[in-house]
Order: sequence, then C-alpha cells, then structure tokens
Amino acid sequence: MKVLVAVKRVIDYNVKIRVKADHSDVDLTNVKMAMNPFCEIAVEEAVRLKEKGVATEVVAVTVGPKAAQEQLRTALALGADRAIHIETDERAESLAVAKLLAKVVEEEQPGLVVLGKQAIDTDNNQTGQMLAALSGLPQGTFASEVAVNGDKVNVTREIDGGLQTIALTLPAIVTTDLRLNEPRYAKLPDIMKAKKKPLDVKTPADYGIEVASKVSLMKVESPAERKGGVKVASVDELIDKLKNEAKVL
Amino acid sequence: MSILVLADLHEGQLAGATAHVIAAAQQIGGDIDVLVAGEGVQAAADAAAKLDGVSKVRVADNAVYAHQLAEPMGALLVELADGYTHVLASASTTGKNVLPRLAALKDVSQLSDVIAVDSADTFKRPIYAGNAIATVKSDDALKVITIRSTGFDAVGEGSSAPIEAVDAVVENSQSSFVKEELAASDRPELGGAKVVISGGRGMGNGENFKLLDGIADKLGAAIGASRAAVDAGFVPNDMQVGQTGKIVAPELYIAVGISGAIQHLAGMKDSKVIVAINKDDEAPIFQVADYGLVGDLFEILPELESKL
Ligand SMILES: Cc1cc2nc3c(=O)[nH]c(=O)nc-3n(C[C@H](O)[C@H](O)[C@H](O)COP(=O)(O)OP(=O)(O)OC[C@H]3O[C@@H](n4cnc5c(N)ncnc54)[C@H](O)[C@@H]3O)c2cc1C
Ligand SMILES: Nc1ncnc2c1ncn2[C@@H]1O[C@H](COP(=O)(O)O)[C@@H](O)[C@H]1O
Repeated sequence: MKVLVAVKRVIDYNVKIRVKADHSDVDLTNVKMAMNPFCEIAVEEAVRLKEKGVATEVVAVTVGPKAAQEQLRTALALGADRAIHIETDERAESLAVAKLLAKVVEEEQPGLVVLGKQAIDTDNNQTGQMLAALSGLPQGTFASEVAVNGDKVNVTREIDGGLQTIALTLPAIVTTDLRLNEPRYAKLPDIMKAKKKPLDVKTPADYGIEVASKVSLMKVESPAERKGGVKVASVDELIDKLKNEAKVL
Repeated sequence: MSILVLADLHEGQLAGATAHVIAAAQQIGGDIDVLVAGEGVQAAADAAAKLDGVSKVRVADNAVYAHQLAEPMGALLVELADGYTHVLASASTTGKNVLPRLAALKDVSQLSDVIAVDSADTFKRPIYAGNAIATVKSDDALKVITIRSTGFDAVGEGSSAPIEAVDAVVENSQSSFVKEELAASDRPELGGAKVVISGGRGMGNGENFKLLDGIADKLGAAIGASRAAVDAGFVPNDMQVGQTGKIVAPELYIAVGISGAIQHLAGMKDSKVIVAINKDDEAPIFQVADYGLVGDLFEILPELESKL
C-alpha cells in the first residue's frame, strides 16, 4: 500500500508573529519557517507504517512556493521515498489545496492519505475533510491512533467529549492530532541521502486547477492586548481582589 | 438571507454551543433553520425549537446519522443546503469534521472559527493561534462557516418553533462506529463554564489534579489542562485548553502550574479575569494574568480551598 502525506510550510511554532503596519497581513519577512507540527506527525505515522511493513512507499506532497521544497526534503530525510512539489506563489487556500491533492490521489492511488488536522498559520482545519469529500473517500480526523487491518483502518479520534473509534474502508483519509505519535528528528546521514531522493515539480496548471479563492483578506489586526502583570502577595489578597475588585467570586 | 444551523449534540442531547451559533446567525440576519441530525434526537429537536430566533427545526432522525459520522452528515447537508445563503455549525469537533465536506462538495471555501460578524459576507476570525485577527470577505454563493462559541452570547429560550421531519436519507458503507470512551463528569462543560481551573505540567502527576477538585467544587468550576498535562497522561484529552484543544472564555480562569505558551494562551486569553499560580515569577502566563500569585502550588491550593 502506498501512503501519501501532505505537508505544509508554515511559520515555526515558537515564533511570535507581528502584524504588518498597514494591516494587510502578518509580517513573515525573515521569520523562521518549518514544517507544520501536525504534518511532522503525519510523516512520522506514514514512515512507521512503512517500518511495520504495512506501507510499501511513502510519497510526500506540498503546495507552495519554491522554498517549500525545504519541507519536502525534511520529509524525505525523515523517511519518505519521494516527493511532489506543486509550485505556486499564490496563497493557496484549503479548498484549492484539497482540489490539487484530490488530483494527486487520482494519479497516485494511495491506500491511505495522511494530513495534519490543522495548519498553525491559518488554523483552518479543513483540508483533509475537503479532500475526503472531493475524492469520495471516508475520513478519520483528529487521529490519536491508526490501526490498519486488511482492507480497513480503525481510527481513534480525539473528540470534544473524549475518544471515538471508527472503522473506515480503505482507501481513506486520516488527519493527525498531537498525540498520534512523537516525531523523530532527521539524522545527518539521512539529510544527506534525502538530497538524492526524487522530487517532482508540477504546477497547479498541470492539474487544471485554479488556485485563486473567492475569499479575500481585508484586514489583519493584532488582538486586544491584555493588561496583565499584576502580582498579589498572598492567597488572602487574591481572594480579596477577586471578591471586591474583579467581583467574580 | 436564509441560514441553516447544524445543531451540536452531546450524547444525543442538544449541546450548549448551538445557542451561541444561533446568536451569530441572528447577527447575519434572515430566517434561521436548525438541523438536528442523529439517532433518537427528538428531545434535542424539542430543545432547539425553544431557542429564540429559530424559524424552524428540521429533524433527520435515522440510524445512519448515529454518532454524526462525517460521510452521511456531509451528504445530508449537501442535500439540504439548496436555498440557504449560509450554513453554520459550532467549531466543535463535529462541526469541524462535517462542514468542510459540505463546502468542498459545493465548491466553496469554509470560514473556520468565526468570532465576529461584520456583515452577511464579512467576518472576523483568529489566525496564528489568535495572535492576529483576520477580517475576511467571502464572495462565495454559499457561505459555510464554523462559529467559535466564545465570540457570541447564547440566545435565550422562550420560543416554540415548528419542527418538521427531513425525509432525505443517505447511505453510508464507508465508515462505521466502533466505540466511544466519553469522559464522565458531574462538572460543567469546559466550553460553557463560568469558572475554569486548569492544571499544567507543574501539577506533577494525575493524582495531584485532585488538589483542583475541592476548589472546583466550591466555585462550580470546570477543570481544564495544558497539553503538557494531557500528553504526560495526567488527565484525558478532552480537558486540553488551547490552540488545538478547547477554547474557553469564562468569567474566571485560574491557571495552575502552567507556563503560558502561546498555544495555551490561544485557548483562554479571552477570559474575563485570569489568575495564574506559578512558582516561576517570570513565567509568561503572568503577562496575561490579572492576578498572579508566585509560589508553590502544593502550598497555595490547599490554602485557597480552605479560605474560599
Ligand atoms: C502544534 C502545537 C499545538 C499545541 N497546542 C497546545 C494546546 O492546545 N494547549 C496547550 O496547553 N499547549 C499546546 N501546545 C504545547 C505548548 O507549546 C506548551 O508546550 C504547553 O502548553 C506547556 O504546558 P505547561 O505550561 O503545562 O508545561 P510547562 O511549560 O512545562 O510549564 C510548567 C509550569 O509549571 C510551573 N511549576 C512547576 N512546578 C510548580 C509548583 N510546584 N508550583 C507552581 N508552579 C509550578 C513551572 O514554573 C512552569 O511554568 C502545542 C504545541 C504545538 C507545537
Ligand atoms: N499548501 C499545502 N500543501 C500541502 N498540504 C497542505 C497545504 N495546506 C494544508 N495542507 C494539509 O492539510 C492539513 C490541514 O491544513 P488546514 O486545513 O489548512 O488547516 C495540513 O496539516 C497539511 O497536511
């Protein structure tokens, strides 16, 4: 079985972003970029499936600018066999990405597609579900456990009330939650080897897909600042303030 | 304008989030229909009919919708969406699971986690873990939106909207329900609680979370946690507050042994009053706390409980 993994290049999760002075967007100049943490978990899961002998090949795919090839190389260093870069400088929204991924699914016929549950820049949490709908495949979102057996996969999902396990027919789409696994770090020899692994470059036009979206970004603002930083000296003072100043007790 | 709201269910009952989504729908304006889909959901439909602002409740009560699996739910919404300008759901794990399928099949974008309505086509939503707020305008014919409950005050109940059955039945052979492990708790729901007290890695282990129980009892609080506490196995996943967990905005949020990573702040910084208890006086949580108490939680919590 082939496993397809979708990875996105995003701002490093440790970086605190700043809004541009003209409010047109967030300022990403000279900001450290990385693979979306949920995508790291997706790559790790795919590689583990290969190590277990369940998967035969792991293919990583990204939609984004030229620089996104760095994240594909990371995926290759972590154990993916080959990569597909769909190059575009336009801001590709989840729907456009899902349409492109659906084309890749059609072409590659994977048994399983693993995506992150959410990209930490847009915080959309949509692409996997959209891909599932467009490809006519079942979905197991927010997965904390994935067990392939025969022509089915059991997915344990992190839902609001606790955990839910569902069984899906393969091929299927899975999106990862934080506790699915703990991603490994790429070792230097693997980073070297990754440079020689195949990486195909395509464009959205090759798949006949328009990236433009009907949603426009009008304005980006900083959230209301909180005036924190006040310290109290004792439990008594805390209770007094909560009762008499904040009036929440 | 004509809006369809997908009702949120919790164990077959109407969840509190739905009343917040209807409030958002009222700000968009127009007729508001509520879809209750599931198995054995008549009580939930009755509850939805009482919510102010609802024009009509549509009930799809069928075994195929049990547990609200994504594939049949998405297909049902596609069947029903014609004639509506907006389809809304809460940004719960169900809303997030189902609504993108509708959007994709209608070839429209989805707006996630909307916190404010500027007009019928322009909305505000947090991005980058809430460190920026984007105003977005959708020119799609159908607007598919998930609503962050904390952005809208719940509507009241005093109405009695008509309830009608939906005949459309879809099939599903691709996915099936296996089991559910739902956390049982007598405490209020995290999302709706007026007071939330959360523990982090500083709690040390799961046993120590009992230190929060007595305080939660006295304050009628829900108990939450940081991701570190969940990952370490102290408490179950449904207690996680943050960018990728639950979003809360209670009157009072008490963070105990939590450092205040941006991903955690994303889930609680809209709380009215924030209290932080941490032994590290430079912990970033203090920058957002209205009242910070520096000290050892193992000494502070018992004292706090006894003095409340
Ligand atoms: C993609 C992604 C998504 C994430 N999503 C979330 C999310 O949704 N929610 C979330 O919470 N995190 C999330 N995180 C993790 C986040 O980055 C932090 O790692 C996490 O919030 C840290 O949890 P913590 O504050 O409990 O632990 P720590 O950072 O280890 O802090 C523990 C604190 O306890 C204090 N302490 C220790 N002992 C005591 C004592 N005896 N008395 C008083 N204080 C004490 C310490 O001073 C310290 O400040 C996410 C991370 C990533 C990469
Ligand atoms: N531009 C992209 N290229 C490849 N995969 C993507 C892209 N955008 C989103 N994804 C995948 O979809 C997941 C969820 O993203 P989103 O729905 O945008 O929050 C990510 O974790 C990726 O696995």
